[in-house]
Amino acid sequence: MTAVREAHAGVLAGTVGHPRKRRPRYALIGSKAAYLYVAPFFVVFAIFGLYPLLYTGWISLHDVSLLNINKMTWVGFHNYTSLWTNHFFLNALTNTITIGIISAVPQLLMALGIAHLLNYRMKGSIAFRIAMLMPYATSVVATTLIFGELYSRDFGFVNWFLHFFGVEPINWVNAPKWQSQLAVASIVIWRWTGYNALIYLAGMQAIPHELYEAAAIDGANRWQQFRKITIPSLRPTILFTVVVSTIGSMQMFAEPYLFGSGTNGGGNGQYQTLTLYLYQQGWQYNHLGFAAAVAWTMLVVCLVLVIINAMLTNARGRRG
Amino acid sequence: MATLEQTIRTVPRRRRRSSAAGRQLTAGPFTYIVLILVTVISVFPLYYTMVIGSHTNSEMAKSPPPFSVNTSLFDNMREALKQQPLFRDILNSIFVSGMITLGTVAFCTLSGFAFAKLRFRGNKILFGLTLGTTLIPPQLGVIPLYMYMAKLGWIHHLQAVILPNLVSAFGVFFMRQYLVNAMPTELLEAGWVDGASTFRIFRTIVLPIARPAMAVLAMLTFLFAWNDFFWPLLVLNSHNATVQVGLAGLGQGYIPQQNIIMAGTMLCTFPLLVVFVVLGKQIVGGIMQGAVKG
Repeated sequence: MTAVREAHAGVLAGTVGHPRKRRPRYALIGSKAAYLYVAPFFVVFAIFGLYPLLYTGWISLHDVSLLNINKMTWVGFHNYTSLWTNHFFLNALTNTITIGIISAVPQLLMALGIAHLLNYRMKGSIAFRIAMLMPYATSVVATTLIFGELYSRDFGFVNWFLHFFGVEPINWVNAPKWQSQLAVASIVIWRWTGYNALIYLAGMQAIPHELYEAAAIDGANRWQQFRKITIPSLRPTILFTVVVSTIGSMQMFAEPYLFGSGTNGGGNGQYQTLTLYLYQQGWQYNHLGFAAAVAWTMLVVCLVLVIINAMLTNARGRRG
Repeated sequence: MATLEQTIRTVPRRRRRSSAAGRQLTAGPFTYIVLILVTVISVFPLYYTMVIGSHTNSEMAKSPPPFSVNTSLFDNMREALKQQPLFRDILNSIFVSGMITLGTVAFCTLSGFAFAKLRFRGNKILFGLTLGTTLIPPQLGVIPLYMYMAKLGWIHHLQAVILPNLVSAFGVFFMRQYLVNAMPTELLEAGWVDGASTFRIFRTIVLPIARPAMAVLAMLTFLFAWNDFFWPLLVLNSHNATVQVGLAGLGQGYIPQQNIIMAGTMLCTFPLLVVFVVLGKQIVGGIMQGAVKG
């Protein structure tokens, strides 16, 4: 997950930073040894990445039990047809999308604002950056356990804080959908906002300063500069963070799993996500074949969402 | 080779673009206030972990709840260790994350070097493929992977966690980007003229130059491996767990006791956070470098 985020940060953000990109100059040593050097990556990826992914498709056409993995019974597309009428699957699908939206949108907007502020010259800028990156260094398990305590109904900090505003104690773990999803989303927001802010900051620092000077001469105020220069220049970086957040929310597992302590995602499945559902089907109900169908459907859904979000981001960027 | 190493030192480092620094606008009070607020929000949950972990449950039930650190911390930690052998889990995690880090840094430096500096057929295509692999969410292959491990009899064994994580596309990308700029091609050619083998050149010329980037990659990889949860949860159980699996087990005990869970969370999280803060400057730099260097 982390690795994916970072890899993309480089790929896409790289296109913004350096207009004078140097073509790599290779050494003359064109040697067969090069294949040996790049081989480990491809061997490990083929065995542990590509092959499992493809084989998941084959398994999804079978009935396989976790208790007897050697016996595969052909069922054709039965697993897929039953998916689309399955209430729990559809619930998990919509939950994944709504939690994804309410965690990614505020997170990225705040990160953009924070990055803008971090870009000023100031005292202690390194200290701020390190502090904001501490949530990223905290594991998702620890984070969720901590937030579980903050959100606990009787003695939790959040309810204590809210009582000043006359709010009755909320049982967040089992609250109505929007409340408990908000709580789950806040875990994601806390962990990733600082990280995304740093990614944006890196992008901002690569914007040539002359652009701002020219705009200032033309009489553009700071807000106009932010909208007309910063945002458009950052578009590849923003696109990247949107894509990565989309992939990230498709994979959300630990937060709903540990927040509601179980694979149901709340008493009524208020925040059961797709990965949680996959885990429940495969490792609690032992339906590996069905879980494989869930996995492949997720791959398709993920691709569709990535494309939609990328298009939306691009369109907004142009208008803005 | 001695001459070569001297050359390395005298070759000027390419200066990083000075970005907007120098002519940057200076922050006003508003900026400081907002950033301090963000810092407080970032750190407060961690501080509150310490508050809960150092009180008894009845103390936490008071209103208003306590905000200072108390004395029951070690009792709570001892109780947490009784419920789940977290020290063994921590040792397991040090081993697992250490192996993953070693493998990743070694393999990624090698292939990063090849992609950055060696001319061979398919260089660009293979590098593109490497980047493309990051688009595939790794979780979607867990079912056959699990069946693999089961057939090998590796379920509940640490190698099931280590082996699939020995390389990372991000690492290859990161090392390549660094070496493209930091490694003067002339130096490699000089070594080649001297008749050194590619691997010898790698050892004596590339490694010293790659070291700073390798250190950053090592830190990021270790952090990632330490915090990984989904796959370890599938293949391990609480009798031979990594730290995250053990911690999750503690959190899901039959009678969840918040102070004990939080004391355990501190045990598993705070040592790494201390290291993180100490090395923070390099890690921040590494993440930002990974984001822009192209």
